[in-house]
Amino acid sequence: MANFETVEVSTDLLILGGGFSGCGAATEAAYWAKKNNLNVVLVDKAALDRSGAVAMGLSAINQYVGIGSGDNTAEEYVQYVRQDLMGISREDLVYNIARHVDGTVHLFEKWGLKIWKDEEGKYVHEGRWQLMINGESYKILIAEAAKNALADCGGEIYERVFIVDPLMDGNKCVGAVGFSTRENKFYVFKAKAVIVGLGGAVHVFRPRSVGEGFGRSWYPPFNSGSSAYFTLQAGAEMTCQEVRFIPVRFKDAYGPVGAWFLLFKSRAISAEGGEYMVVRKEELNNWAPYGLAKPIPANLRNYLGMLDVDAGLGPLYMETHEAIQKLADQYKDDPKAFKKKMKELESEAWEDFLDMTISQAILWASMNVYPEQKHSEIAACEPYFIGSHSGASGAWVSGPEDLDTPYKWGYANMTTADGLFAVGDASGASSHKFSSGSHTEGRIAGKAAVKYIVEKGAEPNVDMAKVEELKTKILKPLDLVEQHKDELTDIEVNTNYIMPRQFLHRLQKIMDEYAGGVSSAFKTSKALLERGLELMVYLQEDADKQGARDLHELMRAWENYQRMWIAESHLRTMLFREETRWPGYYFRSDTPKMDEDNWHCFANCRFDPASGEWEMTKKDVWNMPGV
Amino acid sequence: MPSYVITEKCDGCKGQDKTACMYICPNDLMVLDKEKMKAYNRDPQMCWECMCCVKICPQQAMDVRGYADFMPMGASATPLRGSEDIMWTVKFRDGSVKRFKFPIRTTPEGSADPAGGFGTHDDLNSEALATEPASLGMDAVPTR
Repeated sequence: MANFETVEVSTDLLILGGGFSGCGAATEAAYWAKKNNLNVVLVDKAALDRSGAVAMGLSAINQYVGIGSGDNTAEEYVQYVRQDLMGISREDLVYNIARHVDGTVHLFEKWGLKIWKDEEGKYVHEGRWQLMINGESYKILIAEAAKNALADCGGEIYERVFIVDPLMDGNKCVGAVGFSTRENKFYVFKAKAVIVGLGGAVHVFRPRSVGEGFGRSWYPPFNSGSSAYFTLQAGAEMTCQEVRFIPVRFKDAYGPVGAWFLLFKSRAISAEGGEYMVVRKEELNNWAPYGLAKPIPANLRNYLGMLDVDAGLGPLYMETHEAIQKLADQYKDDPKAFKKKMKELESEAWEDFLDMTISQAILWASMNVYPEQKHSEIAACEPYFIGSHSGASGAWVSGPEDLDTPYKWGYANMTTADGLFAVGDASGASSHKFSSGSHTEGRIAGKAAVKYIVEKGAEPNVDMAKVEELKTKILKPLDLVEQHKDELTDIEVNTNYIMPRQFLHRLQKIMDEYAGGVSSAFKTSKALLERGLELMVYLQEDADKQGARDLHELMRAWENYQRMWIAESHLRTMLFREETRWPGYYFRSDTPKMDEDNWHCFANCRFDPASGEWEMTKKDVWNMPGV
Repeated sequence: MPSYVITEKCDGCKGQDKTACMYICPNDLMVLDKEKMKAYNRDPQMCWECMCCVKICPQQAMDVRGYADFMPMGASATPLRGSEDIMWTVKFRDGSVKRFKFPIRTTPEGSADPAGGFGTHDDLNSEALATEPASLGMDAVPTR
């Protein structure tokens, strides 16, 4: 076995992942840990300043409810999420985040985030729930508060440590193992409670661009399904693993369209000029009641555009020039004000890209696109797993203690594995939390986990024989290359191992062709899913034949394992749900209609680590009384 | 590409054990060639073009060339990030140039107070998070 020092770290609370939810957890937990003399450790695969989904920045905060100012209520947010997810959401979790999220945003502002204000000093809204920000350094600010909080309570941060597996004591999570991507060190973290906030998953499906642009995913390529892998290996129940998310964005560079649709009131049309949301309005009747209420769910808006593309009416375009002209028309009698307004709009439009999707600015510049002069192509991206957005995949977690919800078995946000909490993209069926809500969910879990430790925390009982077993398994890709690299003249082509990139292509090919990826026009069926699962068996058998030449490739190999596991849970759950409920995310051709009688429920799954079997279950949807 | 290092400008962060770009890349792509003392992107196909490396490089030795499989050549978007603002120079394929300046934060670097100056409390059993209800701007956390 490769020579790796084993480093043991013992703590009270272990926070895995340093993105928005992990930083929220750290900031809140540090406060309560200090009061209770507890220790907190946070682990990040990258550098906290620029890790996670907001590494590049953001141009908007997508969840701000405005409860204190009387603009909206948390109940109205519950209605909004219920509607967008076609009736399937954990309303207790959505409510819990919504009632706390404004406080998170107010903290962000204190930390130094510039939120746009109007002449009266009120926040500038992009939409009902969305605020415009100057967010280039959004992640840096959130990381800074988390670092300062951890420093204040004597906590520690481990950067460039890649977490792989949970450590379990029966059904209780007692830590995690992983390795440094900088030096030959194998890490064993022992803890009384663990919060997992390791992000969603990208590159499970083949992306549209497969050359140099392979990395230009909408959601970042470094989010590899670490959360889902971790909670599945812990034997925790998962929910909504079928509810992937497909964003419609500016084509290829995937620049944001929110500001164009919501702030600039732009229309999207087919090449024939028809506005698909108007032309295909009748189709929405087939998805009642959700199709007939406002706002129209994201997946149905996708679907109407996809119908145009299927009918050969592409490309689809965002009418940017028309939108800007309409806004400018308001100033037609005042040339000076007009010029000022145009300058302002131009700056806002470009900042929208430069703050969060710089590639889109380069793409527009490379094609001489001046948005005030001509329209731009939009398209549906490849599927992603992002339970914090309009997807819903993640672990099934316990609801807030003060609400009369049927989903309560422990502390807020605790999974069905004891002592293991899930936040952000790791927690399911609580969609539309985005950056601010994910941070909020981290805060909720941060406090709950400290409470768990104070009330129930026992010294972690770690099976060191199991740790050794995991170490051997995790380092195997390095050993394979070392053993066999000189047998053939090309180190990348070997009969005893395959390189992580080729393994990734194999996974993506299965998912793209059988599970409703881009090349299948997002359609699948029972037969396709079953064939996909057959091919997955070979893939799983070959997973431990990935080879790695260095620590970076070792991380790539394990990222692939993680993607493979979320992929399997996705295939199984789509197969289990015998209907089509989110047609703009995936369409099951053999069950093309929504079936409210039989499938107005959560589809949950669980992998049993002891038996190696998957269990699929239906769980009732609970509607908040009177909401 | 997509992120690239200008040979002449890169000084390998003067022989420290890690360069700024290695430190910051969220996808672990930047590597220092210790013989040449120059950094490079080891896997351009996995680059997100987030420009974290470009923004942090102390020598301004890095930039991004758009993905070759769908972007026409000749354009760029180059940041210059200060402590309060970021300046962008966007060069178009047709030669025209646009410049933008956006604020990045309203407070001095490092100053973020976790409690944000809001009042805190001691009740581990309540639904109120550390800074609540003060940070909500309300008298109490909503419940049902």
